[in-house]
Amino acid sequence: MEDIKKTCLHDKHVGLGAQMSPFGGFDMPIQYEGIVEEHNAVRMACGIFDVSHMGEVFVSGPDAERFVNMIFTNDVTGAEKGKCLYGMMLHPDGGTVDDLLVYVQGVNDYLLVINAANIDKDVAWIVKNAEGYDVNIDHQSDNIGEIAVQGPEAETILKKVTGLDAISELTFYTFAHYRIYDDVDVIISRTGYTGEDGFEVYASHDVTRKLWDDLLAAGAVPCGLGCRDTLRFEVGLPLYGDELADDISPIEASLGMFVKLDKPEFIGREAVAAQKAAGAPRKLVGLEILDRAIARHGAEVIDADDNVIGFVTTGYRGISVDKSIAMALIDSRFAAMDTNLRVRVRRKVFPAVVISKKFYKKSYKK
Amino acid sequence: MKTYFSPSHEYLTIDEEGNGYVGISDYAQKALGNVVYVDMPEVGDEFEKDEDFGAIESVKAASDLIIPVSCEVLEINEALADNPRLVNEDAMANWIIKIKLTDPEEVESLMDLDAYNEYLATNPH
Repeated sequence: MEDIKKTCLHDKHVGLGAQMSPFGGFDMPIQYEGIVEEHNAVRMACGIFDVSHMGEVFVSGPDAERFVNMIFTNDVTGAEKGKCLYGMMLHPDGGTVDDLLVYVQGVNDYLLVINAANIDKDVAWIVKNAEGYDVNIDHQSDNIGEIAVQGPEAETILKKVTGLDAISELTFYTFAHYRIYDDVDVIISRTGYTGEDGFEVYASHDVTRKLWDDLLAAGAVPCGLGCRDTLRFEVGLPLYGDELADDISPIEASLGMFVKLDKPEFIGREAVAAQKAAGAPRKLVGLEILDRAIARHGAEVIDADDNVIGFVTTGYRGISVDKSIAMALIDSRFAAMDTNLRVRVRRKVFPAVVISKKFYKKSYKK
Repeated sequence: MKTYFSPSHEYLTIDEEGNGYVGISDYAQKALGNVVYVDMPEVGDEFEKDEDFGAIESVKAASDLIIPVSCEVLEINEALADNPRLVNEDAMANWIIKIKLTDPEEVESLMDLDAYNEYLATNPH
């Protein structure tokens, strides 16, 4: 653990008494007061997350649009400045290198926001595939802090702290550059990973530290990665490493809407087009466990004849949904709604039923 | 009634008849946070000292329950099946299983309350 990294807010988490744990190569806060309290703060008021561990890669230059379209499953062709697009980078066999957000900063000018655990892999992948394209790749992960401000009161609190009334004009999945404090440039997007309305703010380390303190002073609740996971899980959002991986395609993960097969070319296109045409052999589904038992990542899903037909990718006792629920990647033949299955939790087997993985309704500001 | 503690934060209380009650310490319930499920063994199950006899789950994670002494399970605390939060409300009162010790001398290897408090104070957890 000698090389574990720290975000620019690390000392503040320790000062707040957070329970710290390694995640994606960083020593990150898992919880402060408790996962349930923090989860509910985001659903009902406003929580803030240090997400400075996320990676930022700027891609610009004459071939930038063509290049991003080649490595990204969503379509940036003609995308307006200020749009955020969600999608994946794929291996040629359709497995997922990473899922990411692309911020359209202008013509041939993009910001790619990638997962902390994949930063080294992704940057190597991007650089390797950029050969032959006239693009400039500027990796800024070590210089940019990021705070997610999430919940129904996020807009009010972020406005109060920054004085930026203009953020009200941001619609879901758009962003803009603003100037705050001593006229410093920041990026604010109306995005998040909780199923609630909210914003993500990208800024220098100094500004990120000041903003964190000001948000706390304005009444936002500090939230750790523990509730970040329960919040995203309840609204069926994937986490790379659980629902997506080098050997899981976005078609299998039921994320086909972010894979634009009408684009003539992108890495992995042939493989995912074939999966879509033939039907993927595995599918990500929601499960309700008909017991209090919790089926967590890796738990086997079995059919009536005791055959293993898949595994749980994420599972919890829901917090906003008072049930034992899970997402599972299973044999597609068993993926129909209401199919009766079973899950193995340690030595015991419990009945489960296939349900929608949108366990809790999102409240985005469209 | 005498209570012993294990390094993995289970307690064992011995009653006048020599039967034991096994649960998790107050320190352990605080460290876990909201308990949402207790996976308990069956009455009649037999365990060797230091085997896992079940698991206790908070929102975040599952933790194995380690049996402090060799035993046979006499009773499980059914109240925890419907209301696992009882462990957070009073961990010492809400035992998980009642046991018959098969090798009572094993309690000698466990800590008493003073030793356990000393253990908590001096060991990073």
